[in-house]
Amino acid sequence: MHELSVCQALVNQVVEIAQQNSAHTVQLITLYIGPLAGVEPALLVSAFPLAAAGTVAASAQLVIEPQPLRVHCQTCGADTEATPNRLLCGICGDYHTQLISGDELMLANLELIT
Amino acid sequence: MCDTCGCNITPGNRHLAYKPVNGGTSAISVLKKLLAHNDDQAAHNRAHFDTRGILTINLMSSPGSGKTALLEATIDALKDEFRLAVIEGDLETENDAARIRARGVPAYQITTGSACHLDAHMVHEALHHLNLSMVDILFVENVGNLVCPASFDLGQHRNVTLLSVTEGDDKPAKYPVMFRAADAVVLSKIDLLPVLDDFDPARAEQCLRQLASTVPLLPLSARKGQGMAAWYDWLRSELAAQRARVSAGQTVKPYIQPDGARLHAEVG
Repeated sequence: MHELSVCQALVNQVVEIAQQNSAHTVQLITLYIGPLAGVEPALLVSAFPLAAAGTVAASAQLVIEPQPLRVHCQTCGADTEATPNRLLCGICGDYHTQLISGDELMLANLELIT
Repeated sequence: MCDTCGCNITPGNRHLAYKPVNGGTSAISVLKKLLAHNDDQAAHNRAHFDTRGILTINLMSSPGSGKTALLEATIDALKDEFRLAVIEGDLETENDAARIRARGVPAYQITTGSACHLDAHMVHEALHHLNLSMVDILFVENVGNLVCPASFDLGQHRNVTLLSVTEGDDKPAKYPVMFRAADAVVLSKIDLLPVLDDFDPARAEQCLRQLASTVPLLPLSARKGQGMAAWYDWLRSELAAQRARVSAGQTVKPYIQPDGARLHAEVG
């Protein structure tokens, strides 16, 4: 359950950004999380109120936009969909692939009330 | 329950506590990694290591797969060749640090209490308890856990993940985030293979390759001294590579991180 640590890091960042923008309330927080981020969105959502309590983000809505898992094949050059434990090229089946998307753990944007 | 820390606010009464206030709403785009503070601290740790030419290796695995035994054997074999030091991570006890110190190598024990992983701040604190000017290779033995430690950069140069043959050979398929993070995978306790007819090393390797991992797989037994030469050679080549990087003013993060950083360059 490292999602609480991740949430605390999230809230620290959000509070910092809210202060920089002289906001008194954070209304909406959007995250990008890929299947290979190592973080479970549902656990993040349940940990968020604990981490955000007493901060300007306490009443914020947390929206998580899941990201697609895609790989680029270094052998045949194709970009294809993959699954977390099968990151092979969907065209030629080779394992010399690079992740193009799917390991994001990003704070995408905020809606602030100033 | 108090008004100081906000613990009196629950999902049921939050709408009362935070009434909408008239004022402007502004949307701002951030696109920042959630663990940016940890990553900043990790970069700081890495700079400490690079300044002194230290190679730092993060050992990760499930509990009981033989991380400490691997370190003990490595210390016995290499302590006259290199100056070694160890940071141990466990929820409780000094036991592992005591095992390392008994071999004549400095060790600092981090006890995390209930935290399931080490983070860059804990490692930084530990660094203040070690004399880094006397170290060639620093091992960080992470908390035994195949999930959480994979998400936190500590400032290490390389990740090594252990898979013992007493576990399932499909562990890489079950824990893809962890095994994808490895720069080398150690298949430990191979002396037990003759009595474990349900563990197929070829299947373990197949599960690893399906994660698009091309890293070395090192089968060994620390207790019986089997396959250790390949592990020591890997350490020697990594230290040589680290020294070459340091003299060229460069550094390196574990294998998958620069890959991800480059491919996601447009967003962060």
